[in-house]
Amino acid sequence: MKKWNLIIDIAECTNCNNCFLACKDEYVGNNFDGYSAPQPLHGHKWINILANERGQFPIMDIAYVPTMCNHCDDAPCIKQGKGAVKKRDDGIVIIDPKKAIDRKDIVESCPYGAIWWNEDLSLPQAWTFDAHLLDQGWEQPRCAQSCPTGAMKAVKASDDELAMLIEQDNLEPLRPDLNTKPRVLYKNLHLYSSIFIAGEVVGMADDVIDCVTNAKVLLSTKDKQLVSTHTDAFGEFKFDGLKPDRTDYSLTITHEKFSTKTVNFKVMENCVVFDEIMLEAKP
Amino acid sequence: MIFSFILWCLSPALRIYSARSEKLKSLMGEKNFVAQIQIKDGSRGRWYKFDNGNLTSGSGIDDKADVFVIFKTPKLGFQVLIHMCSGMLHFVYPILRPFLDPLTVINAAKNFAFEVKGKDEFSLHFTDLMNAMLIHHWKQGLPVANGETRYVNQTNGGPVFVYVKDEKIIRITPIDFDKNDAAGWSISARGQEFTPPHRATLSPHGLASKSIVYSSKRLLHPMKRVDFDPNGERNPQNRGKSGYVRISWDEALDIAATEIKRINRQHGHGAILNSHSSHHTWGNIGYYLSSNIRFMNAIGYTKMVLNPDSWEGFFWGASHHFGYTMRMGTAEPYGQIEDCLKEAELIVYWASDPETTCGSYAAFEGTVRRQWARDLGIKSVHIDPYKNETASWLGGKWIPIIPGTGPAMAHAIANVWMSEGLYDKDYVESRTTGFEKFSAYILGEEDGIPKTPEWQETETGVKARVVRALAREWANKKTYLSCGGKGVGFGGANRSATGIQWARSMVCLMAMQGLGKPGINFGNLTVGAPLDMQFYFPGYADGGISGDMEGTADAVQNYQRMPHMISMNTSNQKIPRLRIPEALLDGETSGYPTDPKSLEGQFQRFAYPAPGHSKIKMMYKYGGSHFGTTMESNRLAKAYQTDGLEFVLNQSIWNEGEAKFADLILPACTNFERADIGEWASSGGYGHHNFNQLNHRVITLQHKCIEPLGESKSDFQIFLELSKRMGLSAYYGEAKTEIQWCREQFLSSDVSKMISWKKFLKKGYYVVPPEVNEKNRAPASMRWFAEGRKKDVPEPSPLPAEYGEEYLDGLQTQSGKFEFEPSSLKRFDDPDRPPINRYIPAWEGRQTNELFERYPLQLITPHPRFSFHTLGDGKDSVVNDILDHRVNIDGHYYWTARISPSEAEKRGIKNHNLIKLFNDRGVVICAAVITERLMPGVVHSYESSAEYQPVGDPGDSPDIGGCVNILTPKRHMTSKTTSSAPNSCLIEIEKCDIGEFSK
Repeated sequence: MKKWNLIIDIAECTNCNNCFLACKDEYVGNNFDGYSAPQPLHGHKWINILANERGQFPIMDIAYVPTMCNHCDDAPCIKQGKGAVKKRDDGIVIIDPKKAIDRKDIVESCPYGAIWWNEDLSLPQAWTFDAHLLDQGWEQPRCAQSCPTGAMKAVKASDDELAMLIEQDNLEPLRPDLNTKPRVLYKNLHLYSSIFIAGEVVGMADDVIDCVTNAKVLLSTKDKQLVSTHTDAFGEFKFDGLKPDRTDYSLTITHEKFSTKTVNFKVMENCVVFDEIMLEAKP
Repeated sequence: MIFSFILWCLSPALRIYSARSEKLKSLMGEKNFVAQIQIKDGSRGRWYKFDNGNLTSGSGIDDKADVFVIFKTPKLGFQVLIHMCSGMLHFVYPILRPFLDPLTVINAAKNFAFEVKGKDEFSLHFTDLMNAMLIHHWKQGLPVANGETRYVNQTNGGPVFVYVKDEKIIRITPIDFDKNDAAGWSISARGQEFTPPHRATLSPHGLASKSIVYSSKRLLHPMKRVDFDPNGERNPQNRGKSGYVRISWDEALDIAATEIKRINRQHGHGAILNSHSSHHTWGNIGYYLSSNIRFMNAIGYTKMVLNPDSWEGFFWGASHHFGYTMRMGTAEPYGQIEDCLKEAELIVYWASDPETTCGSYAAFEGTVRRQWARDLGIKSVHIDPYKNETASWLGGKWIPIIPGTGPAMAHAIANVWMSEGLYDKDYVESRTTGFEKFSAYILGEEDGIPKTPEWQETETGVKARVVRALAREWANKKTYLSCGGKGVGFGGANRSATGIQWARSMVCLMAMQGLGKPGINFGNLTVGAPLDMQFYFPGYADGGISGDMEGTADAVQNYQRMPHMISMNTSNQKIPRLRIPEALLDGETSGYPTDPKSLEGQFQRFAYPAPGHSKIKMMYKYGGSHFGTTMESNRLAKAYQTDGLEFVLNQSIWNEGEAKFADLILPACTNFERADIGEWASSGGYGHHNFNQLNHRVITLQHKCIEPLGESKSDFQIFLELSKRMGLSAYYGEAKTEIQWCREQFLSSDVSKMISWKKFLKKGYYVVPPEVNEKNRAPASMRWFAEGRKKDVPEPSPLPAEYGEEYLDGLQTQSGKFEFEPSSLKRFDDPDRPPINRYIPAWEGRQTNELFERYPLQLITPHPRFSFHTLGDGKDSVVNDILDHRVNIDGHYYWTARISPSEAEKRGIKNHNLIKLFNDRGVVICAAVITERLMPGVVHSYESSAEYQPVGDPGDSPDIGGCVNILTPKRHMTSKTTSSAPNSCLIEIEKCDIGEFSK
């Protein structure tokens, strides 16, 4: 049996909020029997976009992560629901809008905070993967249909096909530590969850300071050389996808016209940004 | 014989169809009256008596009839009647079409060979009744699953499907095309084929449409201010303070019509001001340039002159170097997408965030092309005080710059190019004039100050080395300059005190690099798609049904194709939009016009009051609120409260902004509740071929998806009913309902050659096939100029007289070449616009020491991301729940203002704290958003909130609506332009507690 999965590419999310708005449009004021009761006009974010800024001005970036019900295969809400939450054969998790009335405990069971409490209806609610539309023959849920960059795509796949996709695109769940087997998977999640080391290399020649283009920048730990890159037209370099591992690192910068320079530093919790690494001209 | 036969047929037809149409049946029973159709000399005719729903008819003339439809000859009667009936039966129309002559009908009406006489109350009713019969069988929309009907509509941010069930909108979605819709174009570049997805994208504000239709802020009934008595005390001082009482439509329309008549009689020409928003709900019939102008022209009014809000620097500045006044001083938008993908190596985005501004109406159509460019390895650089959405997504070098100092950096780039020989000397030699003088200024030969990268450093905050690196990278690569959102202009830095200088410097830089050569042009993949430019469909500025020959492009585009009554405003009085408050408060003001015909048009100063004209006594406000887009917005609140303004009518959809300052409110409905027609992103007028930002041209019938909510009515219907009270209804409506006007627009366009009206009515949209023959595609912008050939892009401007020698030979400038020292500016003495573009620091900025000491932060107010003008914002819309748009604090949705962590820390501000933005002009309370994306010293907050919510007396109180333009200066960029400069604004911010402002 093929099952639904939502694949989200963090590199392509621009925070346009179309997914959030499409979800609001679909569910506010609409009752879909057996699937969902109306979402409140304000407050609920069944699709909720998280943001993370990395680095410091002016060398920084920002990543956006749309989150929603993960339709987990091992869903805590199903266990907690005791019949009020069901897993469909196609992988979609539905909180029964009738059986789940007054079950605030279901909201608390979700470790991702993706279930919302509807005060007026006394009902836990979450994004249903637009199951009512898929059942009518829609090819994509509304969030994916409205996405301008193609960052979001629903894929109906067998377990084997999904495993291949995971392998091929390096897909990850938002919180692997929770072990709930989510069906919402992310590509390029490192843009959100990892750190980078970046900086600008400048050099003085003939009393003029210029950006140093095409300098070789080597990143090392005490024991080994890790990776190298070259500075761009503005003297900038960036190493991405690193873990905040509280380790001692060093950068070695070499260029034919300048004396080699080494910078030692420690990576703590955050990105490391070097505003201005000044090279001296070779004598 | 045939004429008499048609008249005879009419009554059995009405009887038969009334059995099929509830609407027709009810109209037939609504009024008792006699209608007479006849030949003028009385030789032939037939009367129709409607009596409690029964229709009797007889041959002959009833002198006491209530309505007379009179034709000069039977032949004319036949022609008019057959024309009117031609849309009734779909299958007959193709046979009849070659024999129909709409011009005869209009000509007869203009010459009184065809007249409708009698009280408008009956004549309009008779017309309604006839129309109900003629169109009762027109089927709209397609049935889909779940008992829903799928309709189509069009928003300011893209076309949409609207799913409706039981008179309720279920959902509004972007359109995915079906297999019958034309396939997209294809571009080959660097060994790859690029074809856009087979769908239309949609902007956030379009996707939020359902929530603004069903908004709790909708005006559902006509209302009168409680302390406004048209026959007694008017209490203008209470405008914006007092509440409202519901009244009937009859009472409301009677007050409005009586006031219009009284004011015209009592005060004379020009006493009525029509103030309207720059953007309205989409559709060629309902747009402000259509139904609104048609009515205003019929009653005579003082015109509000729109300044080129989003193009200021380009219109007042750049145009003098290279022309393009008809495009507000921005370059031709042709062929750039293909050229950029094939040739360019670098795109410099300067004050340019296309992912936010979306080319105004074009949603995310350019987004996929920027993905292609990125994946092809075309690099990008982003110059902006804020690391905007495009920069954040695409990556590339971000160069933060102190607001308002762009021209200094541009001069330094020119300096590097001159010093290092990094410019196109042949091009400069053969295609430009005045370079020596420009060069003397840049190199400092003229004033002793070389404009070097080091020179600009203290002004711009950009390190000299970065400017040098950029200058070299730019010159060594084939580079596209994306200045402003659309790439060819629009928004950003051109809306500041130095905006004119900045836009001028942008075109001067490109002229040095060989503008128009392969890979060297203006753009950011937003404009210049290879679509069919010749397939005709009217844009909104082609005037719709206005018949307006002066204020729209009707005369140029659609008048010949859709014969209709012309209309003309007989008043010569004008007021700049930016000076409405002064006109009302001081009784006098002046301005410079946004006249696009020539380079000199903008120099013709005009004054208010115009000679011999009345001052403004009544304001007819139409569409969205101006508070959010008016600098020093509090002026407007005070202007509303002046005694001299005797009557304020506001025709609005939502109870927001200016509606709260009216004496009388007429509730209009949205575009989802009326019939309309329009092409996506097609503005026409000075946005000629504006649709070429799209991947697919999409022409939509904008279905009336649901009945108007409450008692609201379409704008057309409101104007028609006012016309009825002034004996103008036959003239105003031309006996057509809105859907019939849609059909007229359809017939006037090339769509009618491709798809039948019946099919178009049902499906609701048509995708225009792209230009498949590559040889027929529009050539790359300005390639002709770079190569010294005659102009070959398909645009009808400049006008013939603007070419100095041979037609199509050269630019619009006097020399026909790019002029570094414009001839037009040499003859016009504006000290702030010297012929050679000099860096003159902003009159409000870091260099204005005394003010900067008190207000050390620069406020920039770009066009908003999630709303469009006032559309989408406020209104209890779901857009408010977007965290980057507004933040809910204690139940109120506050507008967001961004600041850097260092500025926040200095002031003890935490993320989402309430903060007070203030200067001498006022106070606005916002929610703080702390971000590394913004340079220190700058506050970033979008302009054009829909809300204006003073916590106390309007005009003198802090605002919690998010109307940040309260803080921006009303001063024009230069003394001899009427231009806005909101991005030159100094403020201070403080953490605040809303409690301190509660009454």
